[in-house]
Amino acid sequence: MTALIIRGGHLVDPAAGIDALKDILLKEGRVAEIAAPGKLKSANGTQVLDATGLTVAPGLIDMHVHLREPGQTHKETIATGTAAAAAGGFTAVAAMPNTRPPNDSPEATRWMQAADRNASVRVFPIAAATRGLKGETINDYAALKSAGAVAVSDDGLPILKESVMREALTAAARAGLAVIQHAEDTRLTQIPGMTAAMNAGPVAFKLGLRGWPNEAESSIVERDIRLVTSLREARPHLHVAHISTAAALNAVRQARRSGLRVTCEVTPHHFLLTDEHVGLYDTHAKVCPPLRSAADREALIEAILDGVVDAIATDHAPHAVHEKEVEFDLAPNGIIGLETALGLSLRWLHREWKMPLGRVLSLLSAQPAALLNLKGRGTLAVGSFADLVVFDPKAEWTYRAHEGKSKSHNSPFDGWTMQGKVRWTISEGRIAYDAESAG
Amino acid sequence: MTPTATPTRRQLHLPPVPASPFPYHRGSLLSIQDLTLEDLSHLLARATALENQDPLPRARTLAHRRIALLFYESSTRTRTSFELAAKSLGADTALVSNLSSSIEKGESLKDTGLTLRALGAEAIILRHNCSGAPWLLEAATRLPVLNAGDGMHAHPTQALLDLRTILAHFDPATKTFHLEYDKNSVILSDRSAAQGVEGPASLSSSPAPVIDQLTPETLSGVTVAIVGDILHSRVARSNMLLLPRLGARVLLCGPPQLLPELAAAAGPGISIERNLEAALGQSQAVMMLRIQAERLAGLQLELEEYKAAYQLTGQRLAAYAPSALVLHPGPIIRGLEITAGVADGPQSLILEQVRHGVAIRMAVLERALTASSENSTGTLPATAGNGGRA
Ligand SMILES: [Zn+2]
Repeated sequence: MTALIIRGGHLVDPAAGIDALKDILLKEGRVAEIAAPGKLKSANGTQVLDATGLTVAPGLIDMHVHLREPGQTHKETIATGTAAAAAGGFTAVAAMPNTRPPNDSPEATRWMQAADRNASVRVFPIAAATRGLKGETINDYAALKSAGAVAVSDDGLPILKESVMREALTAAARAGLAVIQHAEDTRLTQIPGMTAAMNAGPVAFKLGLRGWPNEAESSIVERDIRLVTSLREARPHLHVAHISTAAALNAVRQARRSGLRVTCEVTPHHFLLTDEHVGLYDTHAKVCPPLRSAADREALIEAILDGVVDAIATDHAPHAVHEKEVEFDLAPNGIIGLETALGLSLRWLHREWKMPLGRVLSLLSAQPAALLNLKGRGTLAVGSFADLVVFDPKAEWTYRAHEGKSKSHNSPFDGWTMQGKVRWTISEGRIAYDAESAG
Repeated sequence: MTPTATPTRRQLHLPPVPASPFPYHRGSLLSIQDLTLEDLSHLLARATALENQDPLPRARTLAHRRIALLFYESSTRTRTSFELAAKSLGADTALVSNLSSSIEKGESLKDTGLTLRALGAEAIILRHNCSGAPWLLEAATRLPVLNAGDGMHAHPTQALLDLRTILAHFDPATKTFHLEYDKNSVILSDRSAAQGVEGPASLSSSPAPVIDQLTPETLSGVTVAIVGDILHSRVARSNMLLLPRLGARVLLCGPPQLLPELAAAAGPGISIERNLEAALGQSQAVMMLRIQAERLAGLQLELEEYKAAYQLTGQRLAAYAPSALVLHPGPIIRGLEITAGVADGPQSLILEQVRHGVAIRMAVLERALTASSENSTGTLPATAGNGGRA
């Protein structure tokens, strides 16, 4: 494998405590050397990338994506989804198991990672917590882990039964995996004939849409925290996916204060948008959990700034145009996010809300790596995987969903101004995305 | 558990909510909020003028123009009313209903709309069980779309005909109501009609008080109660968003399962009064709503208890609102929300509402097909979508 030198860039690696101009040598898929500018010797055949004026950071890690393969390849494939990831600066994505069929076996977990899938960046499968995502019988977590699963989840659906959740937490703790809970009490949100379509509140009332109450999320988070408390000895790790309400955040905050291993992620759409963004039935703003009230959004932003939130994850959920171009009640939930997460985070968290760049990048790399136990990722310390993103931190650009690499275009951020343009994404030493040669 | 500290509030610049691109067509009537007071005044005036016009010249208004009625929900009253209004103006109508085989199984609303447009429809009247469907149809076809009721959301022509009914019994000079129907006291801001150019001579010579133009004070001091299943009612939503704009106070009345507290936040001038008798005592007009059993799904409702608390009976009416106007958008369920005696009684305007509906829908159809399109090129966007973005 050829060696690669990235020269003249500003290296920001919060995990290694580096924030300086550095040259970096990548060899055999790993970080081989970091040196002061101009100090690295380039041997014959070494490719050199000039990163003058650019920021060099650990490749981003998205711990929550839906790649739709197998089963719904008209929405996305592992190849197109990871191409979108690379374009967005991500070098690793954790793929949720709600494919068709669901990923609930070691075979399926291995299939997701096979070379034939033509992934541009590393795919880490999250396996189904229960057989067939049915919430009844837990899977063999040790076997799934040895096949490459990095966590278990029934995402798309909650693990609703308390006894099953208790078993899942216990077994996952034994296997050293997190249980990622999609916290939604479907007994409140999916009553037959009155499935919730958006956040419950005055906006839903005015639009004549069924509302998804905050308690449907917070009650599940609170129950799960009670379970983690009672299983304290086993040290289970509960991770709350796409947390969206102030009440659930408070529960997580308190659990943490009492020393429990409870973590959470927030999506860019939840920290930027509210139920008002549904506008006049914009199905691109239909997502689960729904876009919340302004007060909840404010609580999410505060929690990110205060460090209660452990990761920014996109919940990249592609849907075809014709699937979203229907009556609001009939449209599927989901927003794509791989190509906008960095641009939105830098534009809003960093520039507008003054969060230090290193902390923003940590939420998008080092912290999710730690949550999923991805060794040698989320940092550029010598010996780590050569997963990097090189971007122009000052560049502003306009996102056009139809020009993206994802197979789908369902984004409420179409036409939004982004900050920070990805120049190269390097996955294990290979250039996975190059803005100059990208179509 | 320790009490949660209130986090410090930072002053944050937040992403704005983009302005709505709707309606795309000036002739559309998607929701009552789309109409300015001037638009409302004009529509009411045209309704009167068209109602009073001789049938023969009137039938030339929209002669041979093509209007499609697209109905995904059964409806007798609204459909017939629109059809009669369209025919009175000379338009050709085609009814497409999901109850007939006309809507292909599995065909999307977008495709059905595009097919109707290709068949020559110049406007589409849509009744749909999903809230928001008219916005999707308008974005996809860019035709004038008339919302004939969408899910639990809106029913703008019903709100217009209810307003016309109320105004027909209203004396603007004294701000009082009378139960006799005064044909001349409905709004007349259309000068040509008032001067008898289009209308019959009796109108212009009428000494009856006339409202020239709706203002934010037209109905000031007036209270209208809306009683019953507010949660599932598009009629309630359209009326509660319209009447306060004319100065009226809207009192919503019903049990918590059918009337959530947050309904009062839907707009200004709306409040909740759970007690029917207290609501009646403050109101000059009462709109009764039926319980929409088809939308109740899992809700538990004890009908006998409901009737005991919320049924409009002759006794209640006589005791608390002996001169109030009684309205009901229909269909009525006698013996449930309203007794037969009240429905047929002297305060009931239920059948008169139906008559006002035809006049209002004539005006709305005339507007739909004579308004120039905002979208001058007439081309469709690459992906129409109901994306809410231009
Ligand atoms: Zn989820």
